Amino acid sequence: MIVLDHVAKTFVTRGGEEVVAMSDVSLEVGRNEFVCLVGPSGCGKSTLLRLVAGLVPPTGGTVSIGGAAVTEPRDDTGIVFQAPTLLPWASILDNVLFPLDMMGKLDAAGRERARDLLTLVGLAGFEGKYPRELSGGMQQRAGICRALVHDPDILLMDEPFGALDALTREELTVELMRIWQERPKTILFVTHSIPEAVLLADRVVVMSPRPGRVAEIINVALPRPRDFDMEARSEFQDATRRIRALIFGDRGARGR
Amino acid sequence: MLWELICRVFHVPAYLVPTPSAIWIDTIKLIGPVSVHTLATTQTVLLGFLASLLVSLPLAVLITASPAIANTIYPFLVLTQSIPKVALAPILVVIFGSNELPRVVVTFLVAFFPLVLSIAAGITAVPPELIELGRACRASRWRELWRIRLPYAVPFIFSGLKAAITLSVVGAVVGEFVNADRGLGYLIVTSTAFFQVPLAWGALVLLSLLGIILFQAVVIVEQVFFPWAIADDKQVA
Repeated sequence: MIVLDHVAKTFVTRGGEEVVAMSDVSLEVGRNEFVCLVGPSGCGKSTLLRLVAGLVPPTGGTVSIGGAAVTEPRDDTGIVFQAPTLLPWASILDNVLFPLDMMGKLDAAGRERARDLLTLVGLAGFEGKYPRELSGGMQQRAGICRALVHDPDILLMDEPFGALDALTREELTVELMRIWQERPKTILFVTHSIPEAVLLADRVVVMSPRPGRVAEIINVALPRPRDFDMEARSEFQDATRRIRALIFGDRGARGR
Repeated sequence: MLWELICRVFHVPAYLVPTPSAIWIDTIKLIGPVSVHTLATTQTVLLGFLASLLVSLPLAVLITASPAIANTIYPFLVLTQSIPKVALAPILVVIFGSNELPRVVVTFLVAFFPLVLSIAAGITAVPPELIELGRACRASRWRELWRIRLPYAVPFIFSGLKAAITLSVVGAVVGEFVNADRGLGYLIVTSTAFFQVPLAWGALVLLSLLGIILFQAVVIVEQVFFPWAIADDKQVA
């Protein structure tokens, strides 16, 4: 579905300096697979997401979706950001419909789908409310609906639960798995939380910084459907331990 | 009350500081001409204010469109602000003639600058994620401006408008001081020239009231048409 072939990305800062955000990243993501990207700040995981979204062009290698090179934003991807970034002047329903409106594809079927999605995430009855009347968790649910409203095949999520409190975060993690089960999508999910990544993903891509590259890809053997009780299982423990070792291992070794 | 009392007890001469009652009586006596003057000033203020809005909006959009355009326009903006308007007003009269136009131009020149700055600030304050969302939907720059940037700037625009409306009153009076046959600024100049000090004070009070009422009108427009912007406004101010 999504193929990154030896992708590199170099940014030029305002001072004219070149910063290598990512070098030689190769990754294949299958249809309806759930892949999490984990790594310390500066490992290029957000950049990878934006490359797949077609928001920034790669400086080396190719990014392709379904065999076609990504050169500009596509209709079959949806994005969820860390902050819900809803439009304060628009109702929840209009916020969810916003991508369709911007694409010039607003129709009755779209409205129907938006209402279905709001019901799916437990926001039925909130269509007419404004973002400021909703809690952070509810706003992010609306943000997820907004990313799904044009029925994309691929959902790109950039630390979508990073700004939420721990309890809401767990709740939405379970919620997301349920949504994914009901509406299978290919999901690329960036996170700083190792347990979150292991619980959600079929595979966890561990990235290392300066320059950003893939350190290792971990298969998570946990059966589905999953829930937070699985944190006690040995498959979960093994996976998180391995990821921690990959991210912190270096530093520990150097300290000694 | 205290004002009235102090004036009476200390026998402050009326040509220095008249009592409130004297101001009231002298102003009411001439209520006909005074209301004509008030209307004339209101007209100048509103025209100048409207001109500021109509010019500032496209100007702010241009400034934020590219750094090159901003660098070209900004020096001229700063130049218009560094020229003393009181000094400029008589020259404008020579250019435009002795009519309403130079007064509106002075009002505009005094009021538009903070408006440009706050609208430009609003347009660039949009969260980058929203711009990315627009781009992900392949929205044109025009659509991005109308559907994301300008609505986002509304709280900023209103804080600029609040500054602009009060400055418009100042600008209108400056214009009337230099060249007018009507208006509250004109009334102050003529009445002080004839030692009708209470009348001048009356005009002053009316000018303050005019400023307060127009300011409140802007506040009400914001509350009625953009209620969502009020909460955001706190962050702006």
